[in-house]
Amino acid sequence: MADFKTAPADAPMGVKLLTWVDNRFPATKLYKEHLSEYYAPKNFNWWYIYGSMALLVLVIQIVTGIFLVMHYKPDAAQAFASVEYIMRDVPWGWLIRYMHSTGASAFFVVVYLHMYRGLIYGSYRKPRELVWIFGCAIFLCLMAEAFMGYLLPWGQMSYWGAQVIVNLFAAVPFVGPDLALLIRGDYVVGDATLNRFFSFHVIAVPLVLLGLVVAHIIALHEVGSNNPDGVEIKAKKDERGIPLDGIPFHPYYTVHDIFGVGIFLLVFCAIVFFGPELGGYFLEYNNFIPADPLKTPPHIAPVWYFTPFYSMLRATTDPMVNVLCVVVGLAGVAGLVGMKGMTRFAMFGAAVVGIVLLKTFDAKFWGVIVMGGAIVVLFFLPWLDNAPSKSIRYRPGWHKWMYAIFVVFFVVLGYLGIQPPSELGTLVAQAGTLFYFGFFLLMPWWSTIGTFKPTPDRVNYTPH
Amino acid sequence: MSDSPVDPGRRTWVAITAGAGAIGGVAAAVPFVSTFAPSERAKAAGAAVEADIGALQPGEKMTVEWRGKPVWILRRTKEQLESLKKTEPQVADPKSLRNPGELTPAYARNDHRSIKPEYLVAVGICSHLGCSPSDKLQAGAQPSLPDDWQGGFLCPCHGSTFDMAGRVFKNKPAPDNLEVPPHMYLTDTVLLIGEDKKA
Repeated sequence: MADFKTAPADAPMGVKLLTWVDNRFPATKLYKEHLSEYYAPKNFNWWYIYGSMALLVLVIQIVTGIFLVMHYKPDAAQAFASVEYIMRDVPWGWLIRYMHSTGASAFFVVVYLHMYRGLIYGSYRKPRELVWIFGCAIFLCLMAEAFMGYLLPWGQMSYWGAQVIVNLFAAVPFVGPDLALLIRGDYVVGDATLNRFFSFHVIAVPLVLLGLVVAHIIALHEVGSNNPDGVEIKAKKDERGIPLDGIPFHPYYTVHDIFGVGIFLLVFCAIVFFGPELGGYFLEYNNFIPADPLKTPPHIAPVWYFTPFYSMLRATTDPMVNVLCVVVGLAGVAGLVGMKGMTRFAMFGAAVVGIVLLKTFDAKFWGVIVMGGAIVVLFFLPWLDNAPSKSIRYRPGWHKWMYAIFVVFFVVLGYLGIQPPSELGTLVAQAGTLFYFGFFLLMPWWSTIGTFKPTPDRVNYTPH
Repeated sequence: MSDSPVDPGRRTWVAITAGAGAIGGVAAAVPFVSTFAPSERAKAAGAAVEADIGALQPGEKMTVEWRGKPVWILRRTKEQLESLKKTEPQVADPKSLRNPGELTPAYARNDHRSIKPEYLVAVGICSHLGCSPSDKLQAGAQPSLPDDWQGGFLCPCHGSTFDMAGRVFKNKPAPDNLEVPPHMYLTDTVLLIGEDKKA
């Protein structure tokens, strides 16, 4: 325990009060550790505003959510009407609801950019593995939150979207149908499902989410922020132990972030006030029709932020499973030829078992595995990247092309997921899925190939 | 930390207490997880429903709700029944041999998957991920469908196609044919869906 401090007798009331608090709660200590004496690299660029922006969106979602719950009815017979009641009869209810629905999409825009920043600057590399893993867990929670929240308006898209995703679990061999039953709480998506999704959406997942956000920030502040050069600023410190390239988060980056917040709010408000549906991408038109368990709308698609993964699910057809068998077989042969000792036989054996499993279970199950795997593989990223330099700035030119193609495929997968299924679209989605997994699973090899530029000792920074 | 050696007796008791606590924790989780299962009310709501098919014209389809799912009753025309012969080599499971106990009752395990050839009774839920396929009863080339389309159903979610007997075409996401629910004719024009034995 720290020593009991006493403010001078002539100190102002505020100082005395703060001293009183500090003796009982580490207010000043926390403020210093996380804001005024948290030293962040001075060479941050605009990619570094998305972290605090995500925090802002989280606050928007929590505050608007609290007010929506005051008027919403989680009952299959009343839910749709209660949302319309919020839109039409509750004073300013439309604003709160549009802020919440736009906030959901904004959250994913910001988080995708935030993750991409981490990807190109190697922010997941040692010692920031846990920062990245907590972040991936936050991303998973966000997806759960968005999915369950989307059921609540009880429109056609809510209903059939939930039907499809819950049935994904039914594809698991042996226990699947019982698992899906346990999730729905009924033989079809119904009132029981709506009620439990409401509970998860407003209490359970947000609590986990907040805990993870705290863990994410504590882990980050323990190891310190990465930067666009991928240089460890803690390696060079002055005589006071402060990184030479570090500047206090407050006021330098709070000002930086507030400017970002201003731009964000301009765009956010423009959407909330002038195009809250954003052409059917933020709020799908079919969701303005009440849920009808007897009729699926002619075209159903998830909201845009799920579509890259949804495309991968759709791409996993029987021919795709055959392609996967060939890929797994090639990996097994490569292991047999390239590895030494017992590993080679282990790899070959694993490949044989993999092919047998691929052919044993339905393509439907493998579609679910592919979709889930696309997220799970992110958790392992810190151990997949073997490049000598963290930042894309010092990697070989062709690595930049790899990242560019990755982004293009991700966007194309997202686009295809919104479109109705077609032969050509499926082929492209299959190519995209193979690239996505190749990008990550072959990263231990490709990330080392090419001529790397030397990483500097100090960060690049031009004062302006 | 103290330097005194570990007292094995106390360590054993700590382990036993922790183990007992863990068992208690798991036991306490059982009722919570159990609440996820369907309630007694949900289980009781699965009664059979009657459908009057007297007004159904050839080529027409009606939908009734059974256990919250759409059940289609389709009165097939002669041409539509003929088309089943053409689609037979293109469908994945023409004889309804996959999971016959769950999907196709014995009395519907035939070429037309029904009791009376004319009337198809099937649960309109795709065996892939549970969307309800749309009617594409007209033959001929159409968007999202092959050029030699004979009439049938297209699932809007993932593009699975089914023929006029609810048989899934090959190489589609859906693994199984549409389910034929237990059903029987009470009279020539009244169907009972959900039961197939006379009580």
